[in-house]
Amino acid sequence: MARSVTLRVVEGHARHYRHTWRGTTFSAIVTPVLFLSAMGLGLGSMVDSGRSAALGGIDYLSWLAPGLLAAAAMQNGAGDGSFPVIAGIKWLKTYDAALNTPVRPADLALGNLVWATARAAVAALVYVLVATAFGAMSFGRGLLATVPAVATAAGFCAAISAVTAQMRTEQGLAAIQRFLVVPLFLFAGTFFPVSQLPDAVAGFAWFVPLWHGVELSRALALGRAPTGPWAVHVAVVVGFLVVGAALSVASFHRRLHR
Amino acid sequence: MTTPAAVPAPDRTATEPMVLARGLVKRFGDFTAVAGIDVEVAPGESFGFLGPNGAGKSSTMRMIGAVSPVTEGTLRVLGRDPAADGPEIRARLGVVPQEDALDQELSVEENLLIYGRYFDLPRKALRERIGELLDFVQLTDRRKAKVESLSGGMKRRLVIARSLINDPEMVLLDEPTTGLDPQARHVLWDRLYRLKQRGVTLILTTHYMDEAEQLCDRLVVMDGGRIVAEGSPRQLIETHTSREVVELRFPVGEQEAALERLDGLGERIEVLPDRVLVSTDDGDSTLAEVIGRGLTPAGTVTRRSTLEDVFLHLTGRRLVD
Ligand SMILES: Nc1ncnc2c1ncn2[C@@H]1O[C@H](COP(=O)(O)OP(=O)(O)OP(=O)(O)O)[C@@H](O)[C@H]1O
Ligand SMILES: [Mg+2]
Repeated sequence: MARSVTLRVVEGHARHYRHTWRGTTFSAIVTPVLFLSAMGLGLGSMVDSGRSAALGGIDYLSWLAPGLLAAAAMQNGAGDGSFPVIAGIKWLKTYDAALNTPVRPADLALGNLVWATARAAVAALVYVLVATAFGAMSFGRGLLATVPAVATAAGFCAAISAVTAQMRTEQGLAAIQRFLVVPLFLFAGTFFPVSQLPDAVAGFAWFVPLWHGVELSRALALGRAPTGPWAVHVAVVVGFLVVGAALSVASFHRRLHR
Repeated sequence: MTTPAAVPAPDRTATEPMVLARGLVKRFGDFTAVAGIDVEVAPGESFGFLGPNGAGKSSTMRMIGAVSPVTEGTLRVLGRDPAADGPEIRARLGVVPQEDALDQELSVEENLLIYGRYFDLPRKALRERIGELLDFVQLTDRRKAKVESLSGGMKRRLVIARSLINDPEMVLLDEPTTGLDPQARHVLWDRLYRLKQRGVTLILTTHYMDEAEQLCDRLVVMDGGRIVAEGSPRQLIETHTSREVVELRFPVGEQEAALERLDGLGERIEVLPDRVLVSTDDGDSTLAEVIGRGLTPAGTVTRRSTLEDVFLHLTGRRLVD
């Protein structure tokens, strides 16, 4: 599957990025930092005074930081699975040009995914540096925690790009944000444990890839076991990525090879 | 008896066609855009697809360009099957699509760099090649300019430069000069003519008769997904229309009445909303007869027949409105 042409597509993204990095980089890096200060420090001071047993005796900031790492990565991945894809297909039509070269739809799908993953990795790294400065995690453990977070980002980028590539208008993008990304960001165990949710809803978490990513990041950052077996969490995160990538390739092919 | 001369080697100069299509069909759902066409393009030839909007020209070009799967029929491009060898075929093609598809946010140079890298060309060689190509299309002073800031004609020239980045054996040009002013069109024609002289095979689509007459050795006229005529521009004119055309313009409201009195004039009469075209082999005597019949057109033009007339005759419609 991997061909050097796929890497040429990644290179094209990098070249394009040199001109457009300001806007996207700001939100990818600054937003989680804002959340970390407001929720971790502000809200955390209240939570900690309540001594919540649900957090397993850990201060709220340290508990929140790795979850936010994964959730913010998911958000970045989802964004890179939508806007660049609709731009390539519709807004700038850069995909049309690329397809007249040896590039195939699969190269565009995987090239976008690789590029998004690299970006998510950089954002995660910056986040860990900031979180370390906040005293929210140790740098070494934080680095480990970026691995499942970035894998989660990649999975969401792949899955959402598969959906985006079928869109006729960009209206669906706002719907994805509103009805998928934001609810996941809020409820997939980032800001409070899913065990706090009603039982019927809490069980649903097992079907949510982000929750597994959050669990893995948190376990690695805190140096303790996740809620479920490690293997299950890893399998879901990796499986989501693999299935998402396959769907993305198929979807790009279907849309672009007409 | 002398010894027989050595048997001549079989003629190997008859090379494989660059494009060979047999019964080529393209359907989008229930809609048939290309309804079974046969096309053969020889190396070094300039071949044109002529036809009105929706004739199926772009659909055909995209199949030849190995970016759109063939629905039915057979297609060989550069001797290969586009379904199996798309990337290999595209590596040897240049494509000027109907829509520019340039990255507006980037500079002229960066557009070419990214595109060239898709062909896996080394960066250093690419930079040199970009210099040459920008010279060729007269955009050297715009190298660092954002594409956004270019005029339509400059963008079109940039797309031509882009299509040549991989030194292609064949270039597909989908309406290369639509929307350009006459001067820009002539610059482009000149560049295309030079490519042709270098032995590059050109396939182009156009609505413009003069373009087809200028650039094409051979062309097909398409209408409704079918080929309705084929030949060199000269042959088509000779086969499908008379030598000359007399155009008659009548004052508003008088054309109807005039038509009855034109009956039987020339070889054929085509009626357009704003004028009447009389095909004839002798324009002057036809015009004399018009006057002789007591008609007083507000304006008359006698001219040689063009591909436009061929098209009008074949389909009853005009190419460009
Ligand atoms: N992707 C598509 N899906 C559905 N129909 C299509 C698609 N592409 C083209 N068509 C239809 O096929 C027909 C032929 O289109 P095509 O673009 O090949 O025409 P054309 O000769 O290039 O016209 P023009 O001179 O306007 O560029 C048109 O009726 C068009 O609407
Ligand atoms: Mg077209």
